Amino acid sequence: MPEVNMEIAHRQNWMRLMAHAEPEALEKAWTGLDIKPNFEVLRAPESGMIMVRARAGGEGQRFNLGEMTVTRCSVRLNDGIMGHAYLAGRNKRQAKLAAIFDAMLQKPDCPDAFKKSLLDPIQTAITAKQDQSDRKVAATRVNFFTMVRGDD
Amino acid sequence: MTDKLKAMNQNTAADQPISGLSEPVHDAQRVFRSVLDAMSQPGKIVALDQLNPAPAPLNKVTAAICLSLVDHETPIWSDSAIATSGQAMSHLQFHCNCPMTANPMDARTALISDGSTLTTLTQFCVGTDERPDLSSTVIIQVDGLSPDKDIQLTGPGIKSKRNLSVAGINEGFWLAVQANAELFPRGVDLILTTESEMVCLPRTTQVEI
Repeated sequence: MPEVNMEIAHRQNWMRLMAHAEPEALEKAWTGLDIKPNFEVLRAPESGMIMVRARAGGEGQRFNLGEMTVTRCSVRLNDGIMGHAYLAGRNKRQAKLAAIFDAMLQKPDCPDAFKKSLLDPIQTAITAKQDQSDRKVAATRVNFFTMVRGDD
Repeated sequence: MTDKLKAMNQNTAADQPISGLSEPVHDAQRVFRSVLDAMSQPGKIVALDQLNPAPAPLNKVTAAICLSLVDHETPIWSDSAIATSGQAMSHLQFHCNCPMTANPMDARTALISDGSTLTTLTQFCVGTDERPDLSSTVIIQVDGLSPDKDIQLTGPGIKSKRNLSVAGINEGFWLAVQANAELFPRGVDLILTTESEMVCLPRTTQVEI
């Protein structure tokens, strides 16, 4: 069971990375492929709305936070491996590439070099972007404190 | 649990869905229009072409109708030939996102892979007098449809009489259809399909054998 969970965790990680990646990063990886895989589109890229639900503070009643636009796509490589992609926004090309890469990364014989060359730059870019916004937040941070009003 | 996770993760080509409607919006509208046309003129043979291949034992028209009309709120029941076909089941679940039920009474849509095995319609949900719309719609795959004078149909949507001949159905089938019509306003609605055509027999249609 832990083995299966690890597989799922790895897949969740690369699906997350590709959903957050800049579209150019996936396009670059695709053009860089020497041999393009043959695939069949099971569900053509399509955009739709999903309702994001949340719980305040992670507990309590679930409420509808709001709707967001999501684009999804599913493909199948000709050796039978299915790939799926769900990402925010309406970039259909990115959804299709992410689905193809999802299927390729699931192959048992997928070379580590390919995994690294695809995912590492995306991870680096996401970390850099996060870092930059963290620093921007930190630089403009204001600390408030409230005096307790004497009520008695 | 491990088995379930593995099953969800399975990547055997034989059990996987294939392409659905090639133009999801336009094809679904086209299929819906054809079913509407066929349902409003019972016994009329309506052709439906340019459909993607369907996973056996589903025929193209059955698969296209399911992909157009079935969603997460309409449970499907299917006979054992379809239910034991991993590819047909995963195809329907993937494209329709529909629940599968083992009890034909719970089915909004029921699928019969081979019309010659169907002798009664009483196993399906006929709705209630207050909610006749909660009945099952039964899609039955047959070998052929032609406007020959095997049986005669009358009722709403038919000006005088309409002839129909169906190949590949059980001899008890038409008696079951007559019994179904007597339940009105309750009863099931039937769609007979081949690889390229369909005929609808709503509960309002009277059959003369």
